[in-house]
Amino acid sequence: MLKILKYTLFDLLRSRWSYIYFGFYLVFASALLFLSGDVSKVVISLMNAILILCPLIATMFGVMYYYNAREFTELLLAQPIRRRDIFWGQYFGLAFSLSLSLLLGIGIPFLVYGLLASTEIWNFLTLIGNGVVLSFIFSGLAFLIALSNDNKIKGFGLAILAWLFFAVIYDGLFLLLLLWFREYPLESLSLGLSILNPIDLSRILVLLELDISALMGYTGAVFQRFFGTGWGMAIAVLALFFWVIVPTWGIRRIADRKDF
Amino acid sequence: MICLKDVHKSFGANQVLKGVTLDFQEKGKITAVLGPNGSGKTTLIKCILGLVLADSGKIEVEGQSIKGEWLYRQHIDYLPQIARFPENLSVRELIALIKDIRGGTAHDQELIERFDLTDYLDQRLVNLSGGTKQKVNLTLCFMYDSPLVILDEPTSGLDPVAMQRLRELIRQEKQNGKMILITTHIMSFVEEMADEIVFLLEGKIYFRGTIATLKDRYQETNVERAIAKILSEQSTASSNNGQLSKKEKESLKIS
Repeated sequence: MLKILKYTLFDLLRSRWSYIYFGFYLVFASALLFLSGDVSKVVISLMNAILILCPLIATMFGVMYYYNAREFTELLLAQPIRRRDIFWGQYFGLAFSLSLSLLLGIGIPFLVYGLLASTEIWNFLTLIGNGVVLSFIFSGLAFLIALSNDNKIKGFGLAILAWLFFAVIYDGLFLLLLLWFREYPLESLSLGLSILNPIDLSRILVLLELDISALMGYTGAVFQRFFGTGWGMAIAVLALFFWVIVPTWGIRRIADRKDF
Repeated sequence: MICLKDVHKSFGANQVLKGVTLDFQEKGKITAVLGPNGSGKTTLIKCILGLVLADSGKIEVEGQSIKGEWLYRQHIDYLPQIARFPENLSVRELIALIKDIRGGTAHDQELIERFDLTDYLDQRLVNLSGGTKQKVNLTLCFMYDSPLVILDEPTSGLDPVAMQRLRELIRQEKQNGKMILITTHIMSFVEEMADEIVFLLEGKIYFRGTIATLKDRYQETNVERAIAKILSEQSTASSNNGQLSKKEKESLKIS
């Protein structure tokens, strides 16, 4: 797996899309930092961008990379190497390259601004950590969808739909549920529902770390009340980790049974 | 070396292989696997490589069942039909990747010289022409000394000089005692290179024998005409039996 990962990373780190992605974060974070000057506010602004953008870009890149590499994957599949190692190598290579663009794109302006001397380092690390985990989760989901669908258009459509569902539709459904059942105690339901959405989980995690109760919303507040900040964060981290494991396991399962 | 027993494979309702039994034992022999579009030749090759998993039947390579196995592929050199590689890797890195995966000794340098690839080694694959990519494809395929070689449309995109070098290379590998399976739609290439033909039709082996036997049986002077005769006979027989739809008849074109 490491061999495939290494060459996938070589390939992707030279792709112009990686530079565009890196450049976007670099310009965006620099502009926010030097225009606003308040690191805490910048972290919140970046959080909103990362929560939407990381999953979207990871989804798009995941599907595109899989379909683009399909013929080469056939050549790899004919080599003495286990199927799962090929797909895990490609998946982790992609997720690492996206994470690196994010880390450098946001990290460089923060370092230049004097992050190491400020007290915001943990907030910054939480933000980056969330971006990285979201990149892993959504590129994994995209790989899973692409592996299950040989039809490119269908694969793209389903992957975008998955992103749309977690980023937008899920919140709407959540709100509707809360409205419909407002006469019942909803804490357990809302806790369960937020664990089922990695974007919600990330948002809660960053807000718990920043301790901004006004921005936490219903689920954040329930999380904090039920678990306290420490436990709340631990459970959110565990749930996010679970969200990385699920697509990784799914990729292995489908790859071992699929006809190419 | 390769043994298939009653291999079946369906994709949904489409039965592609309907009980194929084949045995390739003779070393130093070139076998062309031919058949019209949809006859199952690519599926057959992919079944041997483990890219497609057979529904039933048994496939053995070098005396070992391939079910759930992957290490047996070190006995096989494979040339895929479409030469598409990671765009941002250089030719040198791509060769290194395959060497990393397979390990052992590779004679890539000899092939790089044979196909005049020295000047392209540090170029990114995205910048190479289709023909040069096919030369890289051939280098990746032939750089190991595996006893089995499977070539899927090896001639596509090659200029006449490279084609000549490929012919020489295949002959040399044959002399080295390798077993070579080729699928191609260029009948002159088959006639010139192949010792034996396996003709697949509707997921079954319709003919297996030497080129001379094929020509003799159908009383034709070249392979292309003999194949055309098989197809027209089959088409007539099937339409007499009312088994073949118009669409199916149209698909009976040699590929």
